[in-house]
Amino acid sequence: MKSSFPTLVVLLVFGTICTGCRRTSERSVSLLGSTSIQPFAEMLAERYAKDHPGEFVEVQGGGSTAGLQAAQRGLANIGMCSRSLTAKEALVFTSIVIARDGLAVVVNHDNPVVQLSVAQLRAIFDGKISNWNEVGGKDGPIRPITREEGSGTRESFVRLVMGGERIAGRALTQESNGAVKELVKGDPATVGYMSLGLVGKDLKTVAIDGVEPTVEKVLAGRYNLVRPLLFVTRGEVNPAARKFIDFVLSPQGQSLLAKEGLVRER
Amino acid sequence: MWVLTGITFAVLLFILAFILVHGLPHVTWTFLTQSPASMGREGGIFPMILGTFLVAGLAVVIAAPVGVATAVYLAEYTREGRLTSVIRFGSDCLSGVPSIIFGLFGFVFFAITLRMGLSVLSGSLTLALMVLPTIIRTSEEAIRAIPNSYREVSLGLGATRWQTVFYVVLRSALPGISTGIVLSLGRSISETAAVMLTAGSALRLPHSLFDSSRTLALHFYLLSREGISMPNAYATASVLIIVILALNLLAYALTRRFAVKAGQ
Amino acid sequence: MKWDKWIRAVLLVVALSALSGLALITIFIFREGVPIILRVGAKGFFLSTDWEPSLGRFGILSMMVGSLLVTVGAAAIGVVFSLGLAIVLTQFSPPGLSAALKPMIELLAGIPSVVYGFVGVVTLVPLIRHWLGGPGLSVLAASIVLGVMILPTITSIAIDALQAVPRSYLEGSIALGATRWQTVTMVLLRAARSGLVAAVILGMGRAIGETMAVIMVAGNALDVPHSLLAPVRTLTSNIALEMGYASGDHRQALFATGVTLFVVITILNAAALTVSRQRAGRKRAK
Repeated sequence: MKSSFPTLVVLLVFGTICTGCRRTSERSVSLLGSTSIQPFAEMLAERYAKDHPGEFVEVQGGGSTAGLQAAQRGLANIGMCSRSLTAKEALVFTSIVIARDGLAVVVNHDNPVVQLSVAQLRAIFDGKISNWNEVGGKDGPIRPITREEGSGTRESFVRLVMGGERIAGRALTQESNGAVKELVKGDPATVGYMSLGLVGKDLKTVAIDGVEPTVEKVLAGRYNLVRPLLFVTRGEVNPAARKFIDFVLSPQGQSLLAKEGLVRER
Repeated sequence: MWVLTGITFAVLLFILAFILVHGLPHVTWTFLTQSPASMGREGGIFPMILGTFLVAGLAVVIAAPVGVATAVYLAEYTREGRLTSVIRFGSDCLSGVPSIIFGLFGFVFFAITLRMGLSVLSGSLTLALMVLPTIIRTSEEAIRAIPNSYREVSLGLGATRWQTVFYVVLRSALPGISTGIVLSLGRSISETAAVMLTAGSALRLPHSLFDSSRTLALHFYLLSREGISMPNAYATASVLIIVILALNLLAYALTRRFAVKAGQ
Repeated sequence: MKWDKWIRAVLLVVALSALSGLALITIFIFREGVPIILRVGAKGFFLSTDWEPSLGRFGILSMMVGSLLVTVGAAAIGVVFSLGLAIVLTQFSPPGLSAALKPMIELLAGIPSVVYGFVGVVTLVPLIRHWLGGPGLSVLAASIVLGVMILPTITSIAIDALQAVPRSYLEGSIALGATRWQTVTMVLLRAARSGLVAAVILGMGRAIGETMAVIMVAGNALDVPHSLLAPVRTLTSNIALEMGYASGDHRQALFATGVTLFVVITILNAAALTVSRQRAGRKRAK
């Protein structure tokens, strides 16, 4: 009957809300945050699930700052953050470095430019240099690509390269490493920055101040655009999450990350 | 004039063909029933199908009875006046409000304040609120369109108010009401931005209403945007389009069938 | 009888909860958004192009311009193609054809926006970049994609408006010796004007609210676009891009953006309503 149905539904809804307002079961682990860490976390989660059937690990993107907030509000057990914490944040959160990642500057395969200085890079991104022929390339406009404000990759780039200058307002904004990669793949005039571990073969990387972005150069301390990849928690960590973190820091987890192009922490 | 028409249809058909031609070859039974692996590069989309069904379905299950009941009350039990015009205008505005705003509200209110987190429940409640104004509006219009003679005859034959409403008015208004509901279902299924930040984007199968889940539209968006797997992206989009076209065809068929019945 | 009263009470409760729920959303959005507008000042919010949340700057002018350009562009395309389509379907085609095509148009209204955006990125954006220059991700791309998206909306309302014009008008015009075409432009369009305007306004309302397709093809740059080929960020894209991580003042600024959109949509709806009431009024006067 149409009359009792809506009442029933309303009761059902409120019933479900009230009985289950607390976050999910203790046997699942949720990670949320950096799109740089996300693919690697997914991979670790898959391996973890294979070795520990019945344990659920769920990974979502959203950006580093979103990850911190998720950890703070309990939306996720672990926040993924691809930049170091500020002093204020360090007071509230516990962070664990799971790996280090180079910050690669990428261009399209058809772009002849192979190297840039940090000063040139800064000038490109704050708009002072706007033509490729000013940095040794073919004549044509430079289209810098940046990330959204909450991105740890962007924050790391700003800290390491921009030196207080603001990124140009005309820079195209994309909301994940993958989106940056797709855009640079398709447009020869673009230049972007992204996680070194995620570059792959479709793009060219640019040497910065004469040093090529490779894992070896990062390990040797020669390539300077590097940022830590963090798992961030707040307060008590539930046992399932603790187990997963231990797995990630174990030799098995670390060699998985190293194989994919990250710099292992342990 | 004909050129314009031709271009219009050509463009719209091109969009459909583009997706379906690239995607249908990859839509296999395995694809539809398996879970994804490697961020969606391999495997199938079953959790996304389930997720879409849960999020959009639950949204309409909640919104439809509530919306129709509200419309019935407004149309049958209140008199036409300033209050009803204000309510109608308000519903019209809310049905035009961008879905991202509902998403923002749902994220802050359901996910954070009510501590439901990124979950199927947060997503459906948000979508339910989003389609509620539309359901109220279309149902109310459909009900008001029923001629008063129907009601008078029914009352004259001795039926009570409620019997008149339920057995006569609602039954005759069913085509309009169900079209509104089916279109709302279609809108819920297509919704991406609001869902991304309330239901989240988890890849695995949701085990409860409080688990995060990814819908087909969101999966397609992420796969294509990040270049994870173009074949799978096209395939996901094909499934999505087929589901929506089927829904719209259903709405159309329902309208025609009930219109014929009501005409008798 | 008592059963009837009981049912009426239940319906009242449900209706009240539904309506108050919806009202609460509106109040919530305004309550979150208005304070920051007052704090930053109307000038700092609406008239500043400086959107730098980390520095506490919340000027949405460039995004308002972005939304405006993209919506007007979409409406321009919508007007040309939808009206043309509506006229052809109601005046120049055999009745069977138009009856068959109208539901097809409405079918197409259901295609998700992400699909439109994707096809736009893969086909339209490279075309614009190659033939017209610029990044391809541009005001033009967004206008075209949105224009296509709102086509079904404008077309179906326009068809209703055109079909509502009494046949006597058209027959009278032909009887007076006008050609088919003259009848259409001088009589039909003029008589259906308010309905057509309402259709375009409602189409614009839909375009302003679109998020995903725009994020995919507009480039999302913060600068005010200086040409049709420049990248642009709309109000809705801005909310979608930043709401995942915004907190405190930043989040309130996003709600304030929501308030702005809400007000604009309300004005558009009120305009559409007034316009169609004018037409009804004029008909009654006749």
